[in-house]
Amino acid sequence: MQKSLYLTSNGRLRRHENTLYFETEVEKRSIDIENVEQIHIFGEVDLNTKALNYISQYGIVLHFYNYYGFYAGSFLPRKKNVSGDVVVRQALHYLDREKRLFLAYCFVESAVYHMMRNLRERKEAEAFLIAIEDEWGKGRFNISNIAELMGLEGRIRNIYYQSFNQFLPEDFAMEKREKRPPTNPINALISFGNSLIYSHTLSQIYQTQLDPTISFLHEPSEKRFSLSLDISEIFKPLIVDTVIFKLLNNRQISLEHFDEDLNYCYLNQEGKKIFIKEFQSKLETTVRHRQLNRNVSYKGFIRLECYKLIKHFIGDQVYSPLKAWW
Amino acid sequence: MEDIQEFSEVKFQGIKINYLYICKRKLWLFSKNITFESTSDKVLLGKVLHEYSYPKENTKEVLIDNLVMIDILSDGSIREVKYSSKMKEADIMQVVYYLYYLKQKGIQKQGIINYPKEKRKEVLELTPEYKEKVKQALKEIEEITTKPIPPPAQKQKICKSCAYFEFCWG
Ligand code: SF4
Repeated sequence: MQKSLYLTSNGRLRRHENTLYFETEVEKRSIDIENVEQIHIFGEVDLNTKALNYISQYGIVLHFYNYYGFYAGSFLPRKKNVSGDVVVRQALHYLDREKRLFLAYCFVESAVYHMMRNLRERKEAEAFLIAIEDEWGKGRFNISNIAELMGLEGRIRNIYYQSFNQFLPEDFAMEKREKRPPTNPINALISFGNSLIYSHTLSQIYQTQLDPTISFLHEPSEKRFSLSLDISEIFKPLIVDTVIFKLLNNRQISLEHFDEDLNYCYLNQEGKKIFIKEFQSKLETTVRHRQLNRNVSYKGFIRLECYKLIKHFIGDQVYSPLKAWW
Repeated sequence: MEDIQEFSEVKFQGIKINYLYICKRKLWLFSKNITFESTSDKVLLGKVLHEYSYPKENTKEVLIDNLVMIDILSDGSIREVKYSSKMKEADIMQVVYYLYYLKQKGIQKQGIINYPKEKRKEVLELTPEYKEKVKQALKEIEEITTKPIPPPAQKQKICKSCAYFEFCWG
């Protein structure tokens, strides 16, 4: 599998002859560039165009995060896999109201399915699961536009996040989900995890012919790579939330892993490292795929979602979003 | 000559002829630039074979129409190196197409397909039958690739080692 590299310390990315190095105050290590797919930069890292040009030769995507660990932006090298055909048809699905709503619905359906999946095994959360089923069961057939769909999704997500208080350690109680800025640990964790899944999804989209700026559930104007937001909906509960549950319930992350300043609560360097490690091992975990009869990693499932969308756009196969069956 | 002037990329067209015989869906997807880099060992092995089986000194690259490089051996034949002879017809047609194209340019050559792993080679001449077959193939490619949707996936043996496997079946 092509690797994701995470740079959490400060340093410099430097090309020397045909090797890329990451140099910090304490070490200088070479990077096996042929096997790297993406580099996530959390620390303060210097790099010059010489390094950047070298990195782009290998089609490696760079993702940058700010001091608090929240996604700041990406460097995407010039793309090799461009298909005008796919992009034109992707845009047609955005422009057609019905077609757009269909895809938007698919993303929400899968997200809700995975939220319910997360609660299903937890006795403590039973009432919340029932409330979600109820809300979804009532609402799903009465949607006539994106705004209504977003509203329904928002209501479900509220119930879902409320249920966390039932099974997560008390230190991590959540009053409500707040995005910007997160002022308590659980919100900080969710935001950090969502940043990671967003950038990883973008990396997968980048490997395909999809245009990351044309989206369906989110407005293309909302964020630069809004298709990544759309697809992330599916994987937030499936990957991010399960990582959070595991880290908190196993007490691998505790309050000492957070820092606070005036506006923010955020993971400190040690906390980020622990989170990233668990997140990465989740991405690499494999599941037997029934049609492929092969093992597919969670990261691979993100890629497969992209493939399914392409097939949908070219009129090959109607999109049916992932619903984890395992 | 007319059949050929519509096509600007000889090599690209050669691959399409190859795909026509392997899988028409693959041909359609490829023609729309829907391609995936395969990291599968087979493809890698193919590349390595190509690079090491025939050291460059024996070959001369010839630029056709300022567009395409075809390796021409010193004895005046063009050749392709293939990993195995499983796709025989597809490989033959690809090389025959190059011969056909060169013929239009007034260059007469022999075609050779090498199967280094099997220590075998196949020598080809552009016979009238092959000429007809190439014309037919070009027409068929045109028909398939102008269809609005791709031919549906059909499971065959080669799917397993095809770069599109996860795309088609995932
Ligand atoms: S996986 Fe099979 S059906 Fe799909 S393109 Fe390859 S050979 Fe054709």
